[in-house]
Order: sequence, then C-alpha cells, then structure tokens
Amino acid sequence: MSSLRDLTVGQQISLLFVLLFGVLFAATAVSAFVALRPGADEHVERRDRFQRDLRAVWISAALFWLAWISGPLGATLLFGVFSFLALREYITLMHTGRSDHSSLLLAFFVVLPLQFALVGTRHFDFFSVLIPVYVFIAIPVVSALAGDPQRFLERNAKIQWGIMVCVYGLSHTPALLLLGFPGYEGRGAFLVFFLVAVVAVGQFVQEAASRRLRRRPLARHISRSFAWQTWWAGVVSSGLVGALLYWITPFRPGQALVMAALASGCGMFGEFVMKALKRDAGVRYWGNRASVTGAVGLLDRVAPLCFAAPVFFHSVRWYFKLSV
Amino acid sequence: MLLAEIAGYALAFTARLITGAQGHWYGCPPKAEQRIYFANHQSHLDWVLIWAALPRDLRAHTRPIAAQDYWQSSGLKHWITREIFNAVYVARQRTDDQDPLEPLAAALHAGDSLVIFPEGTRGNKGDPMPFKSGLYHLAQQFPGVSLVPAWIDNVQRVMPKGEVVPVPVLCSVTFGAPLAPPGPDEDKREFLERARDAVVALKAVAV
Repeated sequence: MSSLRDLTVGQQISLLFVLLFGVLFAATAVSAFVALRPGADEHVERRDRFQRDLRAVWISAALFWLAWISGPLGATLLFGVFSFLALREYITLMHTGRSDHSSLLLAFFVVLPLQFALVGTRHFDFFSVLIPVYVFIAIPVVSALAGDPQRFLERNAKIQWGIMVCVYGLSHTPALLLLGFPGYEGRGAFLVFFLVAVVAVGQFVQEAASRRLRRRPLARHISRSFAWQTWWAGVVSSGLVGALLYWITPFRPGQALVMAALASGCGMFGEFVMKALKRDAGVRYWGNRASVTGAVGLLDRVAPLCFAAPVFFHSVRWYFKLSV
Repeated sequence: MLLAEIAGYALAFTARLITGAQGHWYGCPPKAEQRIYFANHQSHLDWVLIWAALPRDLRAHTRPIAAQDYWQSSGLKHWITREIFNAVYVARQRTDDQDPLEPLAAALHAGDSLVIFPEGTRGNKGDPMPFKSGLYHLAQQFPGVSLVPAWIDNVQRVMPKGEVVPVPVLCSVTFGAPLAPPGPDEDKREFLERARDAVVALKAVAV
C-alpha cells in the first residue's frame, strides 16, 4: 500500500485504468469461453443478458477513460454530448406537442450548453442554481408565450423533469472530476470511479437479493424486484465496498461508508423512478424502441447515475465545506 | 466538387445528430438497384431524413424532386440541390406542350433512383392524403424499376410547420417490400390506393 502512495497522481490513475480494463478483459475472455460451450436455453438467455451488460460496462469504462485523458474541457464536452443524447431519448418518448417547440429549443440549445459551460469553467455556485432556479422560471414563461393553454402544467412538468434528470443530474459527473478537494488535486477521476463503482455494486446486490429473497414487491405495478429489504441489502453492501475503497478517496473509512451508502441508495431510487416513468410511457426498456427510433437505451444506463451524482456531489461539498 | 462532398457529410451528420435518421429495411435490403422510393410527406426534412438514412454509396444515385421556381431562385438553394442532392428539377406551372414527368423519366432512363412524395404537398398529421397520379405513370413507363414504399415517423415533431430550427427528436424511416407494378386490369385509382396502403401499413411496423 505504501508503494502505491509513492506513485505520482498520474501513475496512480494509470494503474486504476489498467486494473479496470484488465478486469473487463478477463470478464470478456471468460464469457467468450463460456459461449463456446453448448448450454440450455435459460442459460443462453442469461448469458445474452450478461454479455449485453458487459458491453455496456465496456462502453462506459471507455468513456470514463476518454473523459479522463481529454482533460476538463474534453470531459465536459463528452458528458455534454451524453446528456444531449439522453435528453433526446427522453423527449422522444414524452410525446411533446407543437407548442412545446420553443421550450424544447431553449432546453436543448441554451440550457444544456450553458450548464456544461459552467461545469467546464468551474462556476460551481451558479452551476448548482441555474436549472433549479432560473430555468425553472424560464421554461413556463417561454411556454406561455407560445400561447397554448392546453395541458399547460403537464407539458411543462415533462420538460422540466427531463432537464432536471438528463442535464442537471448528469452534469454533476464531470463536476466531480473538476471538484477541487484540498490535498486531493487532480484526482477527481478516483471520485467518479468511486461513485460509479458503489452505485453499480448497490444495483447488482439489489438485483441478486431480489432473486434470492423473493420478497413481496413494494409497488408491484412499477417494479417486481423493488422491496425495502433488497434496497437495504444494496445500501449496506455498497457502503461496505465504499469503506474498503476509502484509500482512493479523500474520505476517512467512516465517511466513505456513509457517502457510498447515500449514493447507492439514491441510485437505486433513481432506477425505481425510471421504471415508473417507463411503465407510464409504455416501454420496458428505453432500448426497446431501438428497432424503431435508434434509441440505444442510454437513459436506462445513466438513470441511477443521474440520481446519485447530484446528491453525492452536494453532500460532499456541504460536509467538507468546499467553496470552489 | 470537394466542397459539396464535405457539405454533404456535414449535413448527414447533423441530420443524424438531431433525428437519429435511423433507416429500417423492413421489407427489402438496401441495394444498388434502380428504385423509386415513395413516402409520406409531413415536413421539409423528409427528404434529408431519407437521404441520411440511405447507405452512403446509394446517396449519390438517389435523387429528390425539387420545384424549379423555388430551388433555382437563389444561388445557394440552387447549389445545395444541384451539388449535394443532385436534384431533378420540375416546373410547378404546367405548360401545354410539356409533360411534367419528363425530367423524372429522363433521370430514370439515365439509371438513377428517385424519391417521390406522391401526396404532392405536406400533410398535417396522421394518415397521408390521397396520392397523385405521377407514381402510376412512372410505374407504367418503367416496369423494371422497383417501387419501394417508405414510412417516415416522428419527423413532424422535429420541425412543425412554420418553424425553422429543428428540435432533437428520434425519427425513423421504415422501408417496405417492393410494390408490384400496376396489373393489366388495374386502373389508376386502384393502383394509387394500393400504393398508399403499402405506405400506411408500414406505420404499424414503425410504432
């Protein structure tokens, strides 16, 4: 461990990526080997699902790496594009009308670039209030100017919620990369890795627990797997994983445990809420429409992060009284 | 030529960024054979969407129809339709001595594929309007050209009538199975209805 501490920041981060991609290579090799063997149908289905998830992890790891090597500007741009694609997917499924045109233009071409510009230039104070305060006021005004009173509140709520999740939520990920922690400069990548890892652990454990425990679902019309026990299982296990990972963060073990538990709890709620939204829109996966509109199910993958990142970011800022 | 190529790539990239421009070859594969694509018409973007959904190799030989009086009225419009899209120009005002389909027939004789919107004008919403007869005459004159129906979905949300800036919403173009040419005992009205039904049937596939 002490030899790890002796490495420079750059070397430590390189090591993180080497480990990450090493694990992914191993997983891919194993799954390719398993795929060579004939199996029963249920195994094939499970294997397909695993391979799909593995591909998604590969893509996100590669994006994470790209975000890191391209520096603050590149990271901001990359997550900006990401947010654009997620919002495009969300709006496609929300059936907005003709009179929403100007509100949507405002969302896509003003709010989104501005929010990410604020991240890139580290204006974290304005960045935190731009969407909840200013855009919250601006969208209904623009919408009212379009002169269509039909379903006014409903239409605005859809757009505002989409901006909140796809733009505001996601923009906190590059913000973590750029957050200036005293004595932790230039290591934002570890913080992002920590966040993504604990959120993923929480979801994985929750999924596994729901299969083992077979608890009565809390809201069966929304999700068959969500129950308090499984949620707690996810929170506790990701808290423990977070505590084990404390050495890559600026936190002490106890702090890491609480932060990890908080983030993964929010992430699981995020997935749960997204499921409710999908039920309402009449799709199971966003990616279901892949055969139709080219939606790739991006929103599905980023939803837990959209919920976890802002809570994580603001808790860290508040608790450690970071002013930057 | 080079400038037009770059502008073409940029335009196709923008169309894909805004709309996804996903092409779904439901009834036939994309193939370098002579075809007449016919589709529903809801927006100015319809042509760009079909063009961007085609594989790059097919774009150069698949040509749109452009109204001469509008698209040759300024240098830029003329340049875009001529250099990027290789459009076939037709006159909107009919003169007695000229067949309005003549430029289209010339393009088909030259071996190019065409994209036509047989409704003639942009529809408001929902089902397409009755088809104009041009498709029937072309199908009769060129029995060797396959007639491919296409349904363009969602594009009216990208740019509703009267708006200039497009909103990013995912769209798709669904290509159906080639339509049989007009039969010996099939009259014009029956054929055009059959063609329209082929386009409408793709709507169910797309949604």
